[in-house]
Amino acid sequence: MKTEVMELLALLVPRKSKFKMNKFGILMGLMSLLFVACEDNDDTASQYMATPAPLEVPALFVDKILPPVIPEDNPQTVEGIALGKKLFFDTRLSADNTLACASCHIPQEGFSDSRPFSIGITGEEGFRNSMPLQNLAFNYGEKFNWDGSANSLENQMFEPVKNPIEMANTWLNVEATLQSSSDYPELFEAAFGTQTIDSTLVTKAMSQFVRTLISANSRFDQAQLGLIELSPQEQNGLNVFLDETRGDCFHCHGLPANPLWTDNAFHNNGLDAQFNDLGLGNVTGDPREFGLFRTPSLRNLKFTAPYMHDGRFATLDEVIDHYSEGLVFSETIDPLMKTISEGGVQLTDSDKADLKAFLLSLSDDSFINNPDFRE
Amino acid sequence: MNKIALLCITASLLFACNSDDDNNIDTESDPVSVAFQFTQNWDGNEIQNADYETTTYTTENGTNLKLSKLNYLISDITFTAQDGTVYDASDYNLITARTGGNADFTPGIEIPEGNYNVSFTFGFDDEDNQNAAYLDLNSADGTWSVPEMLGGGYHYMRMEGTFEAAQGNTETFQYHTIRANKHSSLPPDMTTLEFTEDTSFVVDLGTIEIGNSTQIVVGMNVAEWFKNPNTWDLNVNSSVMMPKYELQIAMNENGSNGAFSLISATQE
Ligand code: HEC
Ligand code: HEC
Repeated sequence: MKTEVMELLALLVPRKSKFKMNKFGILMGLMSLLFVACEDNDDTASQYMATPAPLEVPALFVDKILPPVIPEDNPQTVEGIALGKKLFFDTRLSADNTLACASCHIPQEGFSDSRPFSIGITGEEGFRNSMPLQNLAFNYGEKFNWDGSANSLENQMFEPVKNPIEMANTWLNVEATLQSSSDYPELFEAAFGTQTIDSTLVTKAMSQFVRTLISANSRFDQAQLGLIELSPQEQNGLNVFLDETRGDCFHCHGLPANPLWTDNAFHNNGLDAQFNDLGLGNVTGDPREFGLFRTPSLRNLKFTAPYMHDGRFATLDEVIDHYSEGLVFSETIDPLMKTISEGGVQLTDSDKADLKAFLLSLSDDSFINNPDFRE
Repeated sequence: MNKIALLCITASLLFACNSDDDNNIDTESDPVSVAFQFTQNWDGNEIQNADYETTTYTTENGTNLKLSKLNYLISDITFTAQDGTVYDASDYNLITARTGGNADFTPGIEIPEGNYNVSFTFGFDDEDNQNAAYLDLNSADGTWSVPEMLGGGYHYMRMEGTFEAAQGNTETFQYHTIRANKHSSLPPDMTTLEFTEDTSFVVDLGTIEIGNSTQIVVGMNVAEWFKNPNTWDLNVNSSVMMPKYELQIAMNENGSNGAFSLISATQE
């Protein structure tokens, strides 16, 4: 009996896992299992459940990184995703029926915007470049926006609807509009078991849709899976990217072991001596975080120009020139930026060209052309 | 069956797990888990979050530096009983010193109370240092993997910051320790790697009495990485340390020569 229990415990506590289990933890685990089991018996069928649609996580991600973050109170469902998609493309979310989420997160532009600053319904420009929406279910730290101001995907989505320089609406108004429409109440019923529409359900549905926006089929991904071979130029570009004397991009933007191509953390990559946008520092108030922005993924750069939080660089050549010879010192500059007094490590023209070829190999045409993600 | 009955059965199963090994250790009471805390100091002055990017430290060589980031990996915390029985949870812990992330760590193993020699590995030894093998480390905030052209596996430590260069300007440094890797020529690529050498090391904390609520505080004296036996000059080596075999050996020598020590072992 005793050894059986120990074997059971050994199964529960995988070797080299980050789980820290002790007897107390296991006891609590068993107890909560028991309670859950009992509760389920008490009140079955009172909770409406739409058709489950677990995220299809690409093999490359399954093999290398942690599972996606799906909040317990917002599981992926067929009906929820379909509703979220409809909302995402619906201009009725904005005050004057002119803007949808998709107006600034344009599918063919990698769900971002080719304008440096998107234009809100009043014609007023925002002050940041729209962010591409991809692989956001794998943002484990759950800090969203360039400055980390939203702490979950659901919460992020409350903002654009009421932001005066974006959709400039009120949630009360959105709820009323959707409620009085001919189509939405039924769709909410199917997705959430209620015809009563509120902002929480709207953001839940949209989050379900946005979580399906997974990109993992670039040339580089295919090479990782052994389906194609990279060109010599792309391969050398990867070496430049990984080499500390040249690119050293991987310490922030990841490497084949991290197929997200971002650390989802915040850095100052040497754009400015003085900041007119404090980024993360504006959210935390910590002067050591002034001018830090969230590292963007390098996937789909082919479609997501212009670049950086303010869209200051129109081309990838400009981005590479920045890291090579355009670095500017400021107090919070990331220590990974080198020879700053000379503006950077001065890449050769051929290394620059190869680096660019590699970066473009991370772009995924099937992602932007996926009919599931189109209106 | 009612809830209470189930609970009683569960509890009795767990109590049945008492160790009755015949070591010269306490076999009467329940086996215990042991809590660790990892702290950092500069020659005895504790380094707090507020010190990062603000406090200036002077290296043995006389260079002034500020720290920005200090992340390091420890693994294989091992308890060796006096009769030679080895208890090893075979787990690992990535510490983010600045924010205190994972500073508190309880290995996933329970051992009988008694006296043990306690040790852990700084970094991953070669057996554990498998390329891209740990999903949580691959996903860690702050890249933890090492490029395959440098032998793959994982960083042991990323210490980063700025220093006042001899010319008076501020420069950055990246003191990254990984498995030493020797190349036929630099810059490295997939064809230049000649061999790798395990530069993780075992930190021996000595004999510690483990009771039913022991907390072990481990300290890293960051100054030691720049001190002994190799007086480190950041003006000479501040960057591109990963692919340089000799530097990895030198960092291993400094780290294994007293960078870590037992601060305290207390019974709560
Ligand atoms: C007027 C243009 C505009 C509209 C309309 C808009 N967005 Fe955005 N979106 C942006 C900008 C700009 C950012 C970056 C915001 C920042 O960092 O301050 C952003 C950021 C985001 C992010 C964060 C992505 C990340 O990686 O952190 C998500 C998610 C998002 N938007 C979803 C939506 C949804 C859903 C809608 C519709 C309800 C929407 N957006 C409407 C411009 C827009
Ligand atoms: C210290 C971390 C760090 C390093 C190292 C780094 N980056 Fe970045 N990168 C960032 C951050 C942070 C941003 C966003 C900065 C902003 O908008 O203010 C960024 C933005 C970018 C963008 C724009 C992407 C977009 O969607 O706007 C590209 C492209 C890029 N980096 C490529 C590279 C390349 C190539 C290298 C190596 C030469 C590199 N980065 C090195 C942190 C880093």
